[in-house]
Amino acid sequence: MNVVATARSLPGYRPVRTRLLASLAGFGTLAAAVCLLAPLVGSTSISLARAFDPSIPFADNIDAQIFFIARLPRVTAAALVGGTLAAAGVVFQALLRNPLADPFTLGISAGASAGAMFAIVLGASVAMVPPVPVASLLGAALGALVVYRLATLRRAPLSTSVLLLAGVTLNSFFGASVMALQFVADFTQVARAARWLMGDLDVGSFGPIGSALLLVAPAFVLFAFLPSSLNVLSLGTDAAAARGVDVHRAQRTAFLGSALATAGAVSLAGPVGFVGIIVPHLVRLLVGGDHRVLLPASALAGAAFLVICDLVARTAFSVQLPVGIVTALIGGPFFLWLLVRKG
Amino acid sequence: MATRSKRLTGVVAVALTLALAWSFAWTVGAQAPPPRRPARIISLVPALTEMLFDMGAGPQVVGVSRYDTFPPPVRALPKVGGLLDPDYEAILRLRPDLVITYGSQAELERRLNAGGVTFYSYRHAGIAGILQTIGELGIATGHEPEARASSNRLQAQLDAVRLKVRGLNRPKTLLVFGRERGTLRQIYASAGAGFEHDILEIAGGASVFAAARRESVQPSIEMLLASAPEVIVELHGTGAPDAASIKSDHEVWGRLASVPAVRNGRIHILYGEHLAIPGPRLGATAEDVARAIHPEAFR
Repeated sequence: MNVVATARSLPGYRPVRTRLLASLAGFGTLAAAVCLLAPLVGSTSISLARAFDPSIPFADNIDAQIFFIARLPRVTAAALVGGTLAAAGVVFQALLRNPLADPFTLGISAGASAGAMFAIVLGASVAMVPPVPVASLLGAALGALVVYRLATLRRAPLSTSVLLLAGVTLNSFFGASVMALQFVADFTQVARAARWLMGDLDVGSFGPIGSALLLVAPAFVLFAFLPSSLNVLSLGTDAAAARGVDVHRAQRTAFLGSALATAGAVSLAGPVGFVGIIVPHLVRLLVGGDHRVLLPASALAGAAFLVICDLVARTAFSVQLPVGIVTALIGGPFFLWLLVRKG
Repeated sequence: MATRSKRLTGVVAVALTLALAWSFAWTVGAQAPPPRRPARIISLVPALTEMLFDMGAGPQVVGVSRYDTFPPPVRALPKVGGLLDPDYEAILRLRPDLVITYGSQAELERRLNAGGVTFYSYRHAGIAGILQTIGELGIATGHEPEARASSNRLQAQLDAVRLKVRGLNRPKTLLVFGRERGTLRQIYASAGAGFEHDILEIAGGASVFAAARRESVQPSIEMLLASAPEVIVELHGTGAPDAASIKSDHEVWGRLASVPAVRNGRIHILYGEHLAIPGPRLGATAEDVARAIHPEAFR
């Protein structure tokens, strides 16, 4: 109560509701505009009039197919993955109280990579079920379970140091598994695995997006309960407990939500790097550290960021670069510029 | 102080002796003239292993790479690593007098050079390069006439395929040699150079990505739709899988309904270990691809 009263007395203080609405309006408009405009541009030129002409059967309409099969699912996947990874990044940074944490810190993504590699090397396909996303999801689930089990062994609140160390260890373990599998794989499998690790949003239909949503939607429901707890958790578990927060429960919700989010995003697009660590910091520079504003604003900014990166990836060069390369190539300098300017 | 300087002198003397011994060994190795007909060949490139066996140099081969499976006798030969991790010790242990390397194995080639072991460095190229390689291998292994016969045999097979499809229209063809199973992601397609492109030309197809002057492209779904191939040929360098997987490999293309190849049922998926290896079996590969693109020519 005292903290709030002190904050309110500061010059330039704006109530959280105002800041939330302002940032939702700003980042929401940006994300919506980017998502609406991005499908209009691509590596080929199409006629929108023809694409939306209902008199031409869909099967005969190349423009409509390019718009609805190639571009729209791709932009949707970019928005979903970008928003999800950015939100998960915010949650991981608060949960682990570490500014360098990101969705890939805890071994969940490394588990997904090992799963994907396993599927690529074994190459078996069960009817129409694509093996790589399923195997990467299983790997992510395995990673999350192991880390969570280790961190909760003592039935006390989650130990952030155990979480971090278990995550780092699992990253190495799964990394070694990936290398071992690559060692026995043939060249084409190694090339495909390397390509998977660079991230890919060219999903080709809404089916994979729907599957990923089964994980991502519950994650966002859990995230909705988190912001106030994250504000207090980022001060430390003792401080949080002293303020009446059920620390164990908040930590479990945060971990479960971000694990689901990461698993969903990685199984859809591979481990697209940089979004989960940079977007939260970028948004924090603009809207401050209050998670009630930071979490939704980061989700929207992450969506816009990845759609823009993917737009650059598929149009700016003569070859289509993997999106994971572009995120760091254009996101990195932009973040450093903002850091210097704001700092 | 005196003890220390004595010890130092001792260390320097040992080091000098070792260096001298090493440089002597190196000099001897490097100066040894390559034998006229190598008796102990190691091949680290599966396509070239096949060439060696095809020209009758098989009995001289004493070691192969981990990826070699054809012809069947190579399965019993010692394995000496792969493209990225050639096992130098295992190679030396086999006392080779000729090692076939891939051009990217620069470190191995440096060591072989230092050890005075003759090597033949190769890089994949188009069909002209493959025919030339067969000739050069014949000279290097003392099988020049047999190599010429092997090269002529391949050339004749390719010419026969070319003749079969001569005068027929050349449909716009997408030649795929890599794809993530069950999806249309991570597609690797033949472009405007390399042996896959040459095979497609010989088999009477016109590559939809011929304008890209490199061996392969990774087209997005948008590029696939826009390129509108009339025929899609997909090569799997493995034996045929179960019926459900074959069905799934076909069905996955059904999503691109506006593509002429999909609408006209011109999706051809070929399975076979020879399809991925640019060796003497390329004649069979060319015929398989031609039969898919122009079935009417083979009735």
